[in-house]
Amino acid sequence: MTGPIGLYLPGRSVLHRLPAGAKLAALVVAGAGSLFVRTPTQTGIAVAVVLLGYAVARVSPRVIWTSFRPLLWVIVPLTVFQVVVVGWEKAMVIVGVIVALVLLANLVTLTTRTTDLVDVVVRVCEPLRVLGINPERVGLMLNLAIRGVPLMVELAGQVREAQLARGHNVSARAFAVPLIVGALRRADELGDALAARGFDD
Amino acid sequence: MLIEISGVSHTYAGRAQPVVRDLDVRLSEHRVGVIGANGSGKSTFARMLNGLVVPSEGTVSVDGLDTARQGREIRKRVGFCFTDPDSQIVMPTVAEDVAFGLRRRGLSKAEVAARVDATLRARGLDGHADHPAHLLSGGQKQLLALSSILVTEPDLLVMDEPTTLLDLRNTRRVADVVVGLPQQVVLVTHDLDLLVGFDRVLVFDETRLVHDGPPAAAIKHYRELMA
Repeated sequence: MTGPIGLYLPGRSVLHRLPAGAKLAALVVAGAGSLFVRTPTQTGIAVAVVLLGYAVARVSPRVIWTSFRPLLWVIVPLTVFQVVVVGWEKAMVIVGVIVALVLLANLVTLTTRTTDLVDVVVRVCEPLRVLGINPERVGLMLNLAIRGVPLMVELAGQVREAQLARGHNVSARAFAVPLIVGALRRADELGDALAARGFDD
Repeated sequence: MLIEISGVSHTYAGRAQPVVRDLDVRLSEHRVGVIGANGSGKSTFARMLNGLVVPSEGTVSVDGLDTARQGREIRKRVGFCFTDPDSQIVMPTVAEDVAFGLRRRGLSKAEVAARVDATLRARGLDGHADHPAHLLSGGQKQLLALSSILVTEPDLLVMDEPTTLLDLRNTRRVADVVVGLPQQVVLVTHDLDLLVGFDRVLVFDETRLVHDGPPAAAIKHYRELMA
């Protein structure tokens, strides 16, 4: 079960069992390595390797499509722009590398529990303690941001439905005001809930 | 656990009128209900019990601890369940949210996993451990919120209208959980059926505690107030 952003998909594949740190390190290495991809063939191999990873993790094509579909709003205009500006060959490389990296990042989140990913970030941030930054707080912030995405989507849906029910046309201000007020109220409630659960320092 | 409320009034910052006035009460019963009209002061009263709201006048002490000075210590022992489960689920998946409250308890990963597993099984959520929390039904979300509190084994559970957003079946499920809890419970509710078997019920009206007694007499008093 997953949504438009990758969330953990339970499984027992090799990729699921790999430590979160190793997967994040691989993602960083892949990001750096993408700078050396020069031809459509190399790009095709990169995408194929990532898709092979999905097969190894036993992620269904439907889940891949669900995760990838929202990106089309960016990928399609970007492709058209790149084809016009730099030609189709370079456009394939640029867009292909972006697609491969996004799919790879999505594969990491699909095969790794959020807490495990955040724990790695907390460990990486440990040296920042000397600067007065609390790594646990950074981790909590990341968790809350991830948790906040579906809440905001739901809130936006409710505001939109309320507008439609009252016969309002599309209006940025009429949409933004209740959305911001609702988000602030939700943030306030979340703060109380954190305090109630002992995270008030 | 003894809750002592002495000479308490509370006015929120920026408001002219108090939301709770002249409250003096001692609670030690196993099951305490709190009823009253909207805006009567029930929720503020509930929030005072774990220090989420510190009264502007008077003192609230829980098991000898003062909520104004020892709020953090109290919150380790007093769980709080809010009306809207979406406001209290802080982690993306079910098991992660239950495990969240155990983070600062110095438990090993295996101990955390075992306690999360046992808690989810007890609430019938074991099949949803890795599911995104936002995809659960309203009733399941409230059971998750309860599980996330109960996994920390609080001595007292304060619940602020936990069934208001639930249908009849899910209200029953939450009520069944409450009935079976070994903990002391203070339940704020509009659902008078939930108070069957309670030891004591407080009735609030227009910021004051106006009745304090057994459920039948308290509900009768409340109905007369609302008539």
